[in-house]
Amino acid sequence: MNYHSRKLLKLNLAPWRMATVGGLLLAGLTVVAGRAFYLQGLNTDYLQGKGDAVSNRNLTLPAHRGQVTDRYGQLLAISTPVESLWARAADLNLSADQRVHLARVLDISPAELAKTLTRKTRGEFSVRRPVTPEQAVKIAAMGLPGLTLQREYRRYYPAGAVTAQVVGFTNVDDKGQEGVERAYQDWLAGRAGERQILRDRHGNTIRDLAPIKTAQMGGNLTLSLDLKIQYLAHRELAAAIEKHKAKGGSIVVLDAKTGEILALVNQPVFNPNNRQNYKPDLMRNRAVIDTFEPGSTVKPFVAAAVLERGLFHPDSVIETPDNFRVGNKLVHDEHHHPELTVTEIIQKSSNVGAAKMAMTLTPQQHWEVLHRAGFGQLPGSGFPGETAGRLRDPATWKPVEQATMAYGYGLSVSLLQLTRAYMAFANDGEVMPLSFLKREPQEIVGERVFSPTVAREVRAMMETVTQEGGTGTLTRVPGYRVAGKTGTAHKLVNGHYAPDRYLASFVGMAPASNPRLIIGVTIDEPSDGVYYGGSVAGPVFAQVMAASLRLLGLPPDAPETETKMTENAVSARGGA
Amino acid sequence: MPRTSHWLLRGLRHVDGILLTLVVLVLGISLAVVTSASGQSPVRISGHLVNMGLALVLMVLIANVPPHLLSKVGPPLYATGVILLVGVALFGEIRNGARRWLDLGFIAFQPSELLKLALPLMLAWYFQRNEAVLRAKHFMVGGILLLVPFLLILRQPDLGTALMLGASGFYLLFFAGLPWKVILGGATLGAASLPVVWGLMHDYQQRRVLMLLDPASDPLGAGYHIIQSTIAIGSGGLFGKGWMQGTQNQLDFIPERTTDFIYAVFGEEFGYAGAILLVCLYLAIVARGLVIAARAPTLFGRLMAATLSLNLFTYVFVNMGMVSGILPVVGVPLPLMSYGGTALVTLLLGMGILMSVATHRQLNKS
Repeated sequence: MNYHSRKLLKLNLAPWRMATVGGLLLAGLTVVAGRAFYLQGLNTDYLQGKGDAVSNRNLTLPAHRGQVTDRYGQLLAISTPVESLWARAADLNLSADQRVHLARVLDISPAELAKTLTRKTRGEFSVRRPVTPEQAVKIAAMGLPGLTLQREYRRYYPAGAVTAQVVGFTNVDDKGQEGVERAYQDWLAGRAGERQILRDRHGNTIRDLAPIKTAQMGGNLTLSLDLKIQYLAHRELAAAIEKHKAKGGSIVVLDAKTGEILALVNQPVFNPNNRQNYKPDLMRNRAVIDTFEPGSTVKPFVAAAVLERGLFHPDSVIETPDNFRVGNKLVHDEHHHPELTVTEIIQKSSNVGAAKMAMTLTPQQHWEVLHRAGFGQLPGSGFPGETAGRLRDPATWKPVEQATMAYGYGLSVSLLQLTRAYMAFANDGEVMPLSFLKREPQEIVGERVFSPTVAREVRAMMETVTQEGGTGTLTRVPGYRVAGKTGTAHKLVNGHYAPDRYLASFVGMAPASNPRLIIGVTIDEPSDGVYYGGSVAGPVFAQVMAASLRLLGLPPDAPETETKMTENAVSARGGA
Repeated sequence: MPRTSHWLLRGLRHVDGILLTLVVLVLGISLAVVTSASGQSPVRISGHLVNMGLALVLMVLIANVPPHLLSKVGPPLYATGVILLVGVALFGEIRNGARRWLDLGFIAFQPSELLKLALPLMLAWYFQRNEAVLRAKHFMVGGILLLVPFLLILRQPDLGTALMLGASGFYLLFFAGLPWKVILGGATLGAASLPVVWGLMHDYQQRRVLMLLDPASDPLGAGYHIIQSTIAIGSGGLFGKGWMQGTQNQLDFIPERTTDFIYAVFGEEFGYAGAILLVCLYLAIVARGLVIAARAPTLFGRLMAATLSLNLFTYVFVNMGMVSGILPVVGVPLPLMSYGGTALVTLLLGMGILMSVATHRQLNKS
């Protein structure tokens, strides 16, 4: 073993070639080692960060959405935990057997399932949101690669259609889309929590690293609604719509003392628990979003304006011929009354009388009263999409427009806006800010619109509307004094007033001695021959008012009132 | 050493202790890393152990065959290999878009694997035969012997294997004394023809080279391998995350992590320190091989030992370069580390030849 001494053999490999090989080896070694040092010594932090970014994920923990209740705690919207089935495109690898089985569990055809599962080729997508608890158990047991069940919350609306348009609804991502759900999204939603988890390449959670923040439940919301009144209004409105073969309608019930909205219903309506039926037309909260020309329901504001300026007293007599010419327009009353007091103009709803009173005001003065009452301005309920209606600049008013505006044409309002304005008469001249949320009485500051005297005088005029000889005798409530005003307006169709299409309305309050409730009712296009506000909207008002007064336990202010509604009273109803 | 000892022990006389120690050390590291990378899969671990045992036994057997007998195997083995390559070109089975596999009914294999030993054996045999009268024409014949399998494999297409084979053939010609002017001329010619070669490359080959320059251009597609493996290596830091602690490895983010990309797993779990240790082990094996070459009594032994040593180093360099993102991705395993029976057997057969060369010089003389 002493071949070390054999020098000849050592030279068998030429020195230059050995040197070349040695140099190559060292160069290669340096390159590999240098690269390792570049990655592991110099860029470690950056690459570790990248590695963590690949494997560490922040998992969102959905927050429980707050519940919505009526003013007495009745549930209107609640969230229940459900499981949803999600797929990760890259890892979807189902056997034919599993596909058939899964399709059966989901109750769809294998072809439909195949279509759903190939919806996307990258990333994650939902397969079914939500699945039923039974389906979730079966799917979990199958252990399907690429499919996971995720905890989500699903919204349910116990009152269904009755509160649908007020409460609104959430989308599949639990985000408010309409109504209160949308208006108070941030409050209700809460804050999603986060956990850091370690995930492998297939997205499976390997272990929980750390909670980053816990989910915070959303706030609960107590609405101003009184579910009992709401339900009542819903039932009465639906019945009236059916009876009069009307296109639609709305009811707003306000607490005159607080501005709280106790009930707000519309027809047509939808079931918020069945997403298949969501149609924009059904979801619209007409009382807040849609406008109409109010017709005679604005007459009390004209009366208030002239009383306020001392131009007339309630008993001032005004000549009311059947026709009254303003410019080239003829203002017309259907019923013949040679002369009427201001009170009687309201009671019998005389267009000529209202127009004549209005013409004693300047356009600016006329506008100013309507503006103070809130017309042409957002009612401030906070409801998404609420409308301001339309009240034009008085500088542009022509005399004939001022005349028609006295009996409710040429301006537009929403029912919520109109009902709110009546608060001025109910509340001795003060309008309370509207609210869909329950409020403590002491935190409410009203806004003065009329002097107490004027408000009371107009309210007294409106009380005669429901008395013998008025247009609203069908609005009487046994045991209570009722004040209100009827409205029957021709509808504008394609820029012209349609002779046979009406919007019947009634806005009224009770007990008239110290009103607590204001109820506005509109019935859109009644088509069974009856169309006067007093006879279509009036009875609905009476039913809802009577029941609501009883529910609230308000003491009657006219225990001995005549409650019989005579044929005579019906035939005595006034003009438009 | 007493001649009366057991035949088994006599067989071990032809084992080179230093080489064996180094090889076993690397194999030990490999077992640890494969265990971690496979998620402690019993199938993988036992399979790896069986491969190692089989390859080590074959290595010892070959070590006992004297070099002059080994050299005689060269021509028939080479001929068989080339014939099989022609067979692949004519009847080969297409897998993954390349015609590399030959299905003999009972076994499917890549004949190119055979050439890795057959070509050096053939060339070494040829130069040994003509040692005394080496002229330019012998180098031309040697070049043709190299080009025939090289081109056949290139056509499959399998650029990686062709280049590795070409490299081993070149080392042999180099040590046989290929004139410097030919080498420099060839290098110049090669550099000048690079644009032409680029044009002849397949799309996927071009993409791999481009990916190297900017892996982030397609992070989920072609660049995925490079990005993931450099992240894994880099996140190991100086001292690694520890055995079985590599998150990129354990969470399945490293592709091919028991085979071609095992260095990424190793780098993540053992860090820069581990990488340097591993490189040093390889360097020691190559150095030992070159020492054996330097001391070899015959041209055949010298050429085989030097070529096999350098070849191993080339594999190490190409694999580590590819996994750490400085060379294009070519399917080259890391010698002695990657899981895979065929490559391990071929490699340890080469080690056996080295040992044979190292231990048979005295006996030859006597």
